Amino acid sequence: MPAEAAASVFPQLEALLPHVQKPIQYVGGELNSTVKPWEACDVRWALMYPDAYEVGLPNQGVMILYEVLNEREGVLAERTYSVWPDLEELMREHGVPQFTVDAHRPVKAFDVFGLSFSTELGYTNMLTALDLAGIPLESKDRGLDDPIVLAGGHAAFNPEPIADFIDAAIIGDGEQAVLDMTDIIRAWKAEGRPGGREEVLLRLARTGSVYIPAFYDVEYLADGRIARVVPNRSGVPWRVSKHTVMDLDEWPYPKQPLVPLAETVHERMSVEIFRGCTRGCRFCQAGMITRPVRERSITGIGEMVEKGLKATGFEEVGLLSLSSADHSEIGDIAKGLADRYEEDKVGLSLPSTRVDAFNVDLANELTRNGRRSGLTFAPEGGSERMRKVINKMVSEEDLIRTVSTAYGNGWRQVKLYFMCGLPTETDEDVLQIADMAMNVIAEGRKVSGQNDIRCTVSIGGFVPKPHTPFQWAPQLSAEETDARLTKLRDKIRGDKKYGRSIGFRYHDGKPGIVEGLLSRGDRRIGSVIRAVYEDGGRFDGWREHFSYDRWMRCADKTLPAFGVDVDWYTTRERTYEEVLPWDHLDSGLDKDWLWEDWQDALDETEVDDCRWTPCFDCGVCPAMSTEIQVGPTGKKLLPLTVKQPVAGGHVH
Amino acid sequence: MQRIRLRYTKRGRLRFTSHRDFQRAFERALRRAEVPMAYSAGFTPHPKVSYANAAPTGTGSEAEYLEIALTEARDPETLRALLDESMPVGLDIVDAVEARTPGLADRLTASVWELRLDGVSPADAERAVDAFTAAGTVEVQRKAKNGIRTFDARGPVAGLEAHSAPSAAHGPQADRPTGQACAILRLVVRHVTPAVRPDDVLSGLRAVADLAPPVPAAVTRLAQGLFDEETGTVTDPLAPDREAAAPSPVLSGDTAVAAAKASV
Repeated sequence: MPAEAAASVFPQLEALLPHVQKPIQYVGGELNSTVKPWEACDVRWALMYPDAYEVGLPNQGVMILYEVLNEREGVLAERTYSVWPDLEELMREHGVPQFTVDAHRPVKAFDVFGLSFSTELGYTNMLTALDLAGIPLESKDRGLDDPIVLAGGHAAFNPEPIADFIDAAIIGDGEQAVLDMTDIIRAWKAEGRPGGREEVLLRLARTGSVYIPAFYDVEYLADGRIARVVPNRSGVPWRVSKHTVMDLDEWPYPKQPLVPLAETVHERMSVEIFRGCTRGCRFCQAGMITRPVRERSITGIGEMVEKGLKATGFEEVGLLSLSSADHSEIGDIAKGLADRYEEDKVGLSLPSTRVDAFNVDLANELTRNGRRSGLTFAPEGGSERMRKVINKMVSEEDLIRTVSTAYGNGWRQVKLYFMCGLPTETDEDVLQIADMAMNVIAEGRKVSGQNDIRCTVSIGGFVPKPHTPFQWAPQLSAEETDARLTKLRDKIRGDKKYGRSIGFRYHDGKPGIVEGLLSRGDRRIGSVIRAVYEDGGRFDGWREHFSYDRWMRCADKTLPAFGVDVDWYTTRERTYEEVLPWDHLDSGLDKDWLWEDWQDALDETEVDDCRWTPCFDCGVCPAMSTEIQVGPTGKKLLPLTVKQPVAGGHVH
Repeated sequence: MQRIRLRYTKRGRLRFTSHRDFQRAFERALRRAEVPMAYSAGFTPHPKVSYANAAPTGTGSEAEYLEIALTEARDPETLRALLDESMPVGLDIVDAVEARTPGLADRLTASVWELRLDGVSPADAERAVDAFTAAGTVEVQRKAKNGIRTFDARGPVAGLEAHSAPSAAHGPQADRPTGQACAILRLVVRHVTPAVRPDDVLSGLRAVADLAPPVPAAVTRLAQGLFDEETGTVTDPLAPDREAAAPSPVLSGDTAVAAAKASV
């Protein structure tokens, strides 16, 4: 791509900015951002989080890959985010293409256009960005000078619904994978791009670790199910494997977290303390596809926090993972960090979801001087039976003991997360959420001696996800979800004694159906996504932009040609024999193990965590040549500056 | 407690920074630079920073002011350099003095603005300026939170002149298109309530003379300070603090104390 094609579009963009909301989100210049000289690099990546800047900027995945790529000599990475409809309209009117916020270069000028999908609700935003960039929407229409459109992130574990729009997908950890892909592209470019676009995609596909949808044909049965998925080029493997990074201490990214000028959803620095989770919650896709558990060491965490705070000036550090209280040395980490930063007014936070008293101790440690406002726990299921089905091993006694400790330690509010629409769930299971909340309030009033404590019940609709034991499960319809939640609301509101102390937050069942359609969809869903985009669908993760009716209207228009409908994808239960659209994407999980776990769920049988019990053969470690990496290391976090011993000292 | 007054800029693309955005960035810079800030009391202590009269989002500025309170004394110039380095390029900390007089905000009674009108000929601009200046009052409207408000944009304007743009574009506007007609307005406006902003004056120019720039004006605040009624100029609001510090007996006093300590 010649240099002029990569020239900054900022002069044209600048004239539009006075007319849009929050223009600062489009100008770049964030602290720790990087602009490398275009001509000095031979492989160039445009990275997109397909949502608004305020959501996309703090995304850890994009931030990590941006830094990993830019650290490489001869490689540059710039970022782009979805523009709001006000700017989109002006860009179309004035012919300004989708641009990166770093150097305001047109996205079309890059070698790779990589999109990170945490959720399927970003698919329409991808189409908007492609169209604004002047890149053909469908892979088959792209030419030699178009970027390779690459999907990653958790949603990419089933990329089939967007198979028409992407050229490639990478599943799993991206750090090493983007570097490997860079090397392949660099070699192909250095040779003068032999064989064109087809050749470079073929070289990527043959590694077995980059999925190229165009190199697979999907054959269907008469009843609409998939017959098989077959490679259509020689040397292309039948299945594509996920990537797993081992030893997180070798990947201490982001080292220089981006600090935006604009306000974003997370005004804090994040340090990932471990990756993966083997708690085995059956609804949780993240826990299934990120195995095995790999801990960052206590000293590695201490170093990342120290350097990150120096580089950013943030006032709060979040210790991220799928279940942070499970780190083998979390107690020492929390105490060590709290000791180090007690005087610097740095807040520490832990996404706290585990229900046990130890979690409260941790929260106490992290809020030594601060206000104890609210603690969050996630029992997920309202009844004991339900929690056995989903393998969330928490008893009601555990919960009461935990909240008792919390209220007794001065916490004023407890927030409880649940799901509605789980497999085998009945009205009775959901109504027990109300009993649980009432018991929590009763206990809270008893231990605190006060009446003004609160409990908030927050409920999300369950969406079955690929690569989980629930991938075969029927999704509850929007109508049934709404009916069940209405009954629960009435039971809570109707209670004279406790009702006013219990907050109730829930979403209606409709967005969950669209998410379910996209999660477990196949290539035929691409026609729905395109129709929705063409009908004006954007920002589907935003309540004010999402339109259920538009999605259903478009699905009714395009799906009958294939003899299927929305219910077929969502509320239909799958059988053991069915070929699932994502079966050729290998997360390492053994399909038979997943099926057994699904049967165990129906039998209400629980399964333990392989970190402290013998391996139960989920298949990941042998398939991916990985292993569990956990402490304890026995090390402690020492104070950062040696303080003078107190004169006189104490005699012990 | 030491109080330090700072002048800062909003240059180039960072003029799109809103005041709230600036505040967050500045407070993070204070932490990165490890400035010994004084904090407010209460449940959620805040560093003590007072901002004065921020320019609207999207307008550039060479003359924004704020004051910070420190628990330990620092050399103002060293502190300025440190903070400037911790802020993104464009949000530059350009001047620092120790506060030795009361009421910085009271000394900010007027602003000097530059309005760059690309695509407008200097002659057209001059005609519009003459019509505006000749009028007793110029009613304009602005969208406010509770509907449209109508007010006079002429009264607070103490000076308005049109010039032609220098041939080579440079400085903060370097990335704007060149090679076409361009007029520059220089505007002196008194700070009153309700405030009259540069875009209100542009509305006024449109109202009296149909002046309609084809692209949005690039607006920059050049100076802010005490309005001198006699000369019609705006004076440096930090000058009184500098003058109060000028004879510098304090410094020699400190040195004497330090010398005395060393000899003990």
